[in-house]
Parts: sequence; C-alpha cells; structure tokens
Amino acid sequence: MADDALSIQGLRKTYDGGFEALKGVDLRVAAGDFFALLGPNGAGKSTTLGILASLVRKTAGKVEVFGVDMDRDAARAKTFLGFVPQEFNFNQFEKVGDIVRTQAGYYGIPPRQAARNAEFYLRELGLWDKRESSARMLSGGMKRRLMIARALVHEPRLLVLDEPTAGVDIELRRSMWKFMERINEQGVTIILTTHYLEEAEALCRNIAIIDGGRILQHSSKRALLRQLSIENFVLDLKENPEALPSLEGYRCSWDEEGSLLLEVEKGRGLNSAFRQLDEQGLEVVSLRNRSNRLEELFLRLVEENARDQREATP
Amino acid sequence: MSAREILTAFLTIIQREVRRFTRIWPQTLLPPAVTMTLYFVIFGNLIGRRIGPMDGYDYMQFIVPGLIMMSVITSSYANVVSSFFSMKFQRSIEEILVSPTPNWVILIGYVAGGMCRGLLVGIIVTLLSLAFTSFHMHSPLLVVSTALLTSFVFSLGGFINAMLATKFDDISIVPNFVLTPLTYLGGVFYSISLLSPFWQGVSMANPILYMVNAFRHGILGASDVAPQYALAMLVLFSVVLFGIAYHLLNRGKGIRQ
Repeated sequence: MADDALSIQGLRKTYDGGFEALKGVDLRVAAGDFFALLGPNGAGKSTTLGILASLVRKTAGKVEVFGVDMDRDAARAKTFLGFVPQEFNFNQFEKVGDIVRTQAGYYGIPPRQAARNAEFYLRELGLWDKRESSARMLSGGMKRRLMIARALVHEPRLLVLDEPTAGVDIELRRSMWKFMERINEQGVTIILTTHYLEEAEALCRNIAIIDGGRILQHSSKRALLRQLSIENFVLDLKENPEALPSLEGYRCSWDEEGSLLLEVEKGRGLNSAFRQLDEQGLEVVSLRNRSNRLEELFLRLVEENARDQREATP
Repeated sequence: MSAREILTAFLTIIQREVRRFTRIWPQTLLPPAVTMTLYFVIFGNLIGRRIGPMDGYDYMQFIVPGLIMMSVITSSYANVVSSFFSMKFQRSIEEILVSPTPNWVILIGYVAGGMCRGLLVGIIVTLLSLAFTSFHMHSPLLVVSTALLTSFVFSLGGFINAMLATKFDDISIVPNFVLTPLTYLGGVFYSISLLSPFWQGVSMANPILYMVNAFRHGILGASDVAPQYALAMLVLFSVVLFGIAYHLLNRGKGIRQ
C-alpha cells in the first residue's frame, strides 16, 4: 500500500552455509511511524534491515518502500531510504565532511546541494566543527552521529537504524533520542532496532518482536503493554525484618539490593499492601516502579517462543 | 536515476579516488618517480652507454617508452586493487551499495580513478625522462590511445583482483608474480628481435609486449609488433575484462551476503 513506508511479505533468507535467518517475515510500517524491531541476538533483525539496505540478498519474499517494489525499481526505492548500520562502515582516514558530501554524490545530488545538506546535518548532529577532522579521530558517539548524518544527507523519507545508540553514554543517547523524535515529527518514518528496551518504550509507537526468523508480535506499543498483567514495585523499608513479610493478595521477594519487591496484579491497588505493612510495623520510606515494562513482555515472548520451539522439536 | 544524477555519482567516485591517491602521494606518486629515475640513471645512462643502440635508437631512447608504460600499468592496477579491496575490507563499500548508483557506474568510476592515477604517473615519468633524453612523438594519437587503453585494461585487472581477494596477501600476488615478470619480459629493456625464434614466439603470448610496442611505435615510430595489431589486442582485453569485472560485481561476492 502506498500509505505504508515499508511493506514486507514472506521474507526469507537462507545464508550460504544453510542457516535460515528469516523464515517468512511479514511486516508493515505506516508512513510517519516510529517503529521498533526488537529481538534477541541472532533473531533476524540485522538480516531484515540488511535486505532493506540491499546489503543482504533475500532468498524469497517481497519488499516495498513507499509502494516501490525493490525487485522492480531498486534504485528508486533506495532513494527513499537512509540506512545506519550497527558497525562503523566508513573510511576511517577520510575527513568527516568528505564522507557526508561523497554520500550525497552517490545519490546524484549535485556538489553545491550536497555541501548544503552536509553542513545542515553535520550542524544538527554537532559535528560541524569536526568536518575537517579524519573520521578515526572521532569518539565512538561522534562516529555514530556521523553515520546518522551520512544516512540523512540525501533527505530520505524512511530512516532505518540498526542499534544506533549501542555503546553511547546516557547523555548522548538522550540527545540522539531528541534528534530522532524531531526528524520523525518532520515526517521521516523511523525504524530502529535496539537492545535498550526503554529506548523503544520511550520513542516508538509501534513495535514488532522477532525471534528465530519469525515475527512473534506486531502491534502498537500500547496494545503490547496492555498484555502485561503484573507490575513490579520496589519498596525501601526503614528497617528490613528478618523474615520476608507476608502480604495477602501480593507476591513478595527481596531484590538484589535488599529492597522489598512487590508483584501487583493489574487493576489491584497498593493501599492494602501499605496497610498490611503498617500492621506488621514496617515503615516504607520510598517506592518506585521496577524496570521496564516492555522488557518483561519481551522476555516473556522470547521465552515462550523458545519453549514452543523445544516442544516442536521431536 | 536520471542521466545527470548518474554523471554526478560517476564524478563523485572519481573525485573520491583522486582525493585518496593525492592525499597519500608519498605512497602513490613519489615511488614510481624515484624508481623510474633510477632506471634512467642506471640502465639508460650508465649501462646503456656500453650497450649501444637498440633497433637503431639510442638505448635510453629505446627504454623510455617501455618504462613509461610500465609505470602506467603498475599504478593503474595498484590504485584500483588497493582502493577497492580496502573499501571491501573496512566495509565502506556499503556506502555506495546502499545508494542507487548502478553497478556499471561503480565499475567505470573505479576504473576511471585507476586510469587517473596511471596516466598522471605516466605524465610524471615522461617529464622526468626529458631530463635524460629528448624525443618527439611519431604519432600522438597512437601514444594517447595506447596509454588510455592500457590503463583501462589494468584498472579492470585490479578491480577483478580486488573482487576475488579475501585477504591483503591476495592483492599482492598478481602484481608480484604475474605483472612484474610479464612487464620485464614484455620488451621494456630489449627488442625481441634479439631472441631466438622460439622465444620470440613465446614472447608473442605476453599481452604487455603489445602495449609496450604500440606505445614505443607511437613515440619512436618503430617497434617489434604492428601497432594496429597491438591496439586490436588491447580492445579485446578491454571487452573481456570488463565483462568479467561486471559479472563479479553483479554477483556481489564478498560485498553482498
């Protein structure tokens, strides 16, 4: 459909050694979406993105970018797409400015326009001062931003990022989130893979979870999170009792830092827990929500998939 | 891509290649200049005086065309094989593979980059040779066409080598064990008329012999092989090697999974 930024049907990939990385992936990403493709290592995320970027040849299936079939008009489909790979893949000895301008040239953008675009995105990503520096002199975070500037220099409508914030410190990660949100607001569809699930929860509207070369879940973040039936809370007590408190209607345990971990079923309040703790003479000094909700769902789905596969194996 | 966009992509590849080999000029432009100067001094001047004339020409005059060709051949080949293999090795080739640039443009872009270096080195060596001897061109058209076709053929050779190479050792095997012996036995330093009929026949199987002799004919007006025949061989090599290089690039071995 033309309203889709990306449409993937029956995508399969078997590598030369016989490893079947994708076993029939179907995926649709709406234009303007901020989409996360999540999965454990070896799930098929990078293979899927590699096929989009034309760096991996598919074995079967159909890929359309903004309605353009990659088999029929790969050149046109490629102009819509900007790709940020997981690994640094630029010439370390080239100057930062040259890398970005050259990339624009590969898309047929004339030199003057290429220079303007390169300046715009290098400034946006805080690399303009480094334009005359050799790429090898940049820090890890700067190299990641350089790859984003390079992917955007031809002004694609779909930006695909394979773990863009891996190995980036928290401050920089947050600034990259803001940048990605801003370009998404400007109309660029974004697809990312990430190991930081809080990143997907904070940024993305729709999520697909892939494992073993198959899509396990594909829906909105809100619908996915609704599936969670339990929330975890961490309670710091003024003094820990010798025995684990017993709270009717809740499951309790100690977490790794010695705080009380409370599992609360969806829809159940916390008032009863506080009353019971008070009756047992235990004072709560602080309360916080534990971990990332998406992470729990992700782990549950991946574990279920692994169990299903074990059971299916004779 | 429109024709104009394709031209921009093509010029971008050439510009990048020229920027690369001029940035590292002490590795790319200086060594052939030094080596060829030594050849002129030692073989042309010191030893050449004792050798005497070759095919009716002063020995220095005789070897200059061959040495220019030798530098064009090695520089064209070396530029493409090292640049393309490095890009493959550090995966920066992916920059161009994700773009809409067609494969044939990638191929001719890299080959044109190799030709730029080969021809620039050829011009540098020619200018250096003027410090040792003087000559006027018998046929400028033949000189230019031979130099262009030779650098085209060896740039394609470098591209094929880079596509097939899987490690750095693989890019030095052909230059060391194939190109250098063929160049030395390709009539750079002697006329094959000095050889016995058997070895003359063997020499005719050496493609570099045709290039050196066509170029020498263009400068001196005399050679061991008819220039038309040499040019026809060069065109044939160009077509065959282009076909092989384009096939390898389309197959994407080592660059696309």
